Amino acid sequence: MNRLLERIAPVGFGVAVLAAWQCAVWATGTPKYVVPGPWDIVTAYAASSGELNAALLSTLTVTFAALAAAAFLGVVLAVAMAASVLLRAAIQPWAVALQVTPLVAIAPLIILWVNQAFAALVICATIISFFPILANTAAGLAQTPAALLDLFKLNGASRWQTLLLLRLPSAVPNFLTGLRISGTLALVGAVVAEFVAGSGGFASGLAYRILEAGYRLEIPKMFAAMVLLALAGVAIYAALGGLEYLVLRRRER
Amino acid sequence: MIEIAGVSKVFDNGTVALEGISATIAAGEFLALLGPSGCGKSTLLRLLAGLETPTAGAITWAQGRPKAGEIGFVFQDATLLPWASALENVALPLKLLGRPRAPAREAAAAALAQVGLSEFLTAKPAALSGGMKMRVSIARALVAKPKILLMDEPFAALDEFTRQSLQEDLRNLWRRTGLTVVFVTHSTYEAAFLASRVLVMSPRPGKIAADFASTVTGEADRRDAPSYTAFVAEMSRRLRGVMPAREVLA
Repeated sequence: MNRLLERIAPVGFGVAVLAAWQCAVWATGTPKYVVPGPWDIVTAYAASSGELNAALLSTLTVTFAALAAAAFLGVVLAVAMAASVLLRAAIQPWAVALQVTPLVAIAPLIILWVNQAFAALVICATIISFFPILANTAAGLAQTPAALLDLFKLNGASRWQTLLLLRLPSAVPNFLTGLRISGTLALVGAVVAEFVAGSGGFASGLAYRILEAGYRLEIPKMFAAMVLLALAGVAIYAALGGLEYLVLRRRER
Repeated sequence: MIEIAGVSKVFDNGTVALEGISATIAAGEFLALLGPSGCGKSTLLRLLAGLETPTAGAITWAQGRPKAGEIGFVFQDATLLPWASALENVALPLKLLGRPRAPAREAAAAALAQVGLSEFLTAKPAALSGGMKMRVSIARALVAKPKILLMDEPFAALDEFTRQSLQEDLRNLWRRTGLTVVFVTHSTYEAAFLASRVLVMSPRPGKIAADFASTVTGEADRRDAPSYTAFVAEMSRRLRGVMPAREVLA
């Protein structure tokens, strides 16, 4: 009973908030170009679902391309940092510097330098999302049990054998945690980059639809695009969490 | 088989782990290194394995320094790869040594049979009990047919019943194979039950305090033999002599 209530609670809360919102809009007679009610948003989505879905697909393509690039870059840099103290010292401060510099500040430069729109967006989203994968994988590589490293040494394992058969597999749980965090960051990165790029002329993702709807005072459509983004973010987080659970459960059973 | 001559080990932080250790390890003996925490017995084992190098002195092997795979090492924890089956875990040393896959798997299955786990070849560590994991770990140490088996308090984390059954199996394995074993322990009972010879070590810095040849007779009902009880008592007396006064009171 309690578990059922726990399952229903978020949905119930959401429905209650939406109902209250709709009632407030009706009761105060607020025009929908200021605050649209939930129903206006649904209608706006229905009216331009083709356009919005295509925009979502475009944003998600950038997100997943960036996540793949971030996973590759994060793992390669983490391995390099684990392999040599010198490389670690060389890479770490730059990785942190790139992470703390706000993407909105870097994005215009990248969009200026990279002529191909898709590539520019992917680079921006990769910059913001590779760090959690790098940091978590590096931590995982550093936590390889000392006794197992001794065992590998006693049996004459090469550096490559130690990396491929021990260190990387040991770091898989940490990598997956990093991937889950990076997934939502990649979406944020894609949207931020689209915002910057959108004002410069490329037009395909959800951020551009949000900007466009804003200019035209189509506030319900703007909300619909935001809701799609939020849902996409939750879905990415849940999917990567599910992937993490499945991989970890399968490999130890 | 092994000559330890005046070996000392000082760690980078200045801790003197071992000071002037000299001993000979004969082929085929079961040598227990017995002593309280901090007496350097694990360090001595790691020096024998070549995982540490002595600060002074030398360790000489009669047939030359062992090559990769010629030392079997069992750690305090089973330290298995959690994502690999028992068979894959045991075959790992052979894989690292570059042996072909099919005979490696056969050898691993044989080693698992030797420790009584033939029915658990495909089980992953999470599905095994603590005692079974330790058996896999022992099979892994034996799979490459090592010249010597080094064991670092392997049964310390197990419950009493599991520990006794593993001790019995290890003793039988040693009697059957004639393997040279060096076994680190802080339990006089364990040392008396298993070993053919016991080196008692004293702490801070680690030194050899006594060298006993086992006086325990009989294999069946070994734990009930009066000679076993007497040997335990003798070693305990000797251990009390080497402990700092404060710790003896406690």
